[in-house]
Amino acid sequence: MTRSYDVMIVGIGGQGTILASNILGEACLIEGRHIKGAETHGMAQRGGSVESQIRIDGEFGPLIEPGHAELLISFDLLEALRYSHYLKEGGKMVVNHHLVIPTSVFTQKIPAPNEDDIIAQLKKFNLCLIDADQIAIEAGSPLAQNVVILGAASHALPLKPESLREAVKKLVPQKTVEINMKAFDLGREFGGTC
Amino acid sequence: MQELLPSDVSFLKIGAYPIDEAWLGEFIQKHEKILVIEELAPVVEEIVRQVAGCVPVFGKKNGYAPYEGELCPQMVAGIMIKAGFLPAATGTVPEPVQNLPLRPPILCAGCHHRAAFYAIKKVFKDAIYPSDIGCYTLGIQLGVVDTTICMGASITVGSGIAHSGDPHDVVCTIGDSTFLHTGIQGLINAVYNGANMTVVILDNRITAMTGHQPNPNTGVTATGVATPPVSLDALCRASGVNFVETIDPYDLTGMLRVLEDAKKRDGVKVIIAKQMCVIMARRCGVKRVHYMVDTEICTGCGTCVRFGCPAIELVEEKARINDLCSGCAVCVQLCPVGAIVREGKR
Repeated sequence: MTRSYDVMIVGIGGQGTILASNILGEACLIEGRHIKGAETHGMAQRGGSVESQIRIDGEFGPLIEPGHAELLISFDLLEALRYSHYLKEGGKMVVNHHLVIPTSVFTQKIPAPNEDDIIAQLKKFNLCLIDADQIAIEAGSPLAQNVVILGAASHALPLKPESLREAVKKLVPQKTVEINMKAFDLGREFGGTC
Repeated sequence: MQELLPSDVSFLKIGAYPIDEAWLGEFIQKHEKILVIEELAPVVEEIVRQVAGCVPVFGKKNGYAPYEGELCPQMVAGIMIKAGFLPAATGTVPEPVQNLPLRPPILCAGCHHRAAFYAIKKVFKDAIYPSDIGCYTLGIQLGVVDTTICMGASITVGSGIAHSGDPHDVVCTIGDSTFLHTGIQGLINAVYNGANMTVVILDNRITAMTGHQPNPNTGVTATGVATPPVSLDALCRASGVNFVETIDPYDLTGMLRVLEDAKKRDGVKVIIAKQMCVIMARRCGVKRVHYMVDTEICTGCGTCVRFGCPAIELVEEKARINDLCSGCAVCVQLCPVGAIVREGKR
């Protein structure tokens, strides 16, 4: 077997990181590819920093070593920075242009992180910043942001876009299939430009 | 693990317990030295040591692997290098960016546990707070959870401390589901043996942490059929508790009064802080008005912000309520200047 293609999906508990990683998993199954993943989940992560590690075509376990991920998908700017050491040199980063200030900043009086500072630090990677909220609203619902980001990241993934679309169709709630398909396509369109 | 393994080191995976000792011993005797890698207690390592004879064993017991924490590829590599199973690493491993504000998991906006914890901390400032396993374990961030051992242990640990001679008040917290699982035994014991303590049952009508499974307090079975819920009040009284009060923790004044009342009394006091889990409430179609901050009245004192609700932020020295607000209205009662008002009203 060749080296695995390692993907990190990070964000804040409740933003849909698990659905996004399940979509990747399903797309791999559709293509008959080998996949292993590990994620943080459950109440313990509600509102907290979460990560999903996914290894496509790998021979070994699901955990990624720092400096080895090819792609980092992040639903929040601060979380992108927090997990950026997992990316290998020249790795691709697809990041939602959105920052949720952690509640700890207010309760413990820590200086609030600043969007521009974070973006400046992320620029050393191959960065694709996406306003997923805007695109998801255009697709029909702000809740489809995770699928928008996945669409934007699809150019970097070693999977056929048709398999990913099929997986989205299979995994999102039935009545939101149309919105999510549109979200995926609009995200993918945007992803092609950065 | 296997990913890191050099070709001259063999690998044995133990997937079941108890371990066949003859089989294990045969494997060990074929090798020069053994490294045991396992999380938590050195269970496998002990068996390995028993059957290893003269073959040296590396593991937790001789300091090569840590007892605590989760293992990851970098840590396993470190253990293998330390024990001489891998050559020392060349090159550097990328380090995480330092000093980023932490984002630990927190209780939901409008979670009634936060209100209950706030009231407990207010009345029992310097108490010992044994707690249990559920969403409310997150109360550790609010400084109102001191112990979490296993399901039901809040009451048993609490009664032990109450008998120990420690002069602090003991206030334990336990969820409704955990109470019905293994809390009631501890309560019977605490009452029967005359402990001085306050037990707050954080009753959200459901097993929220693990994904909202019904419990005997919910009123529906696992298959969704309606069934009479157990009465926590009657259960506690039947266990011999004289002071049993049920209160809505969203009613902060009421909650504080009940706690103060309990603080004055001897024996085991039970307070049932009862309010439906906010996620369940939303699913059941409960709609509450959202709240907002009148920035002209807000003095930026930070009282509401320190409450720790993710719906409350501090923006330009004033509090702001974001769209996570679930309308519990506890912050309205906290604000010393009355700056938090219903949305759409002034």
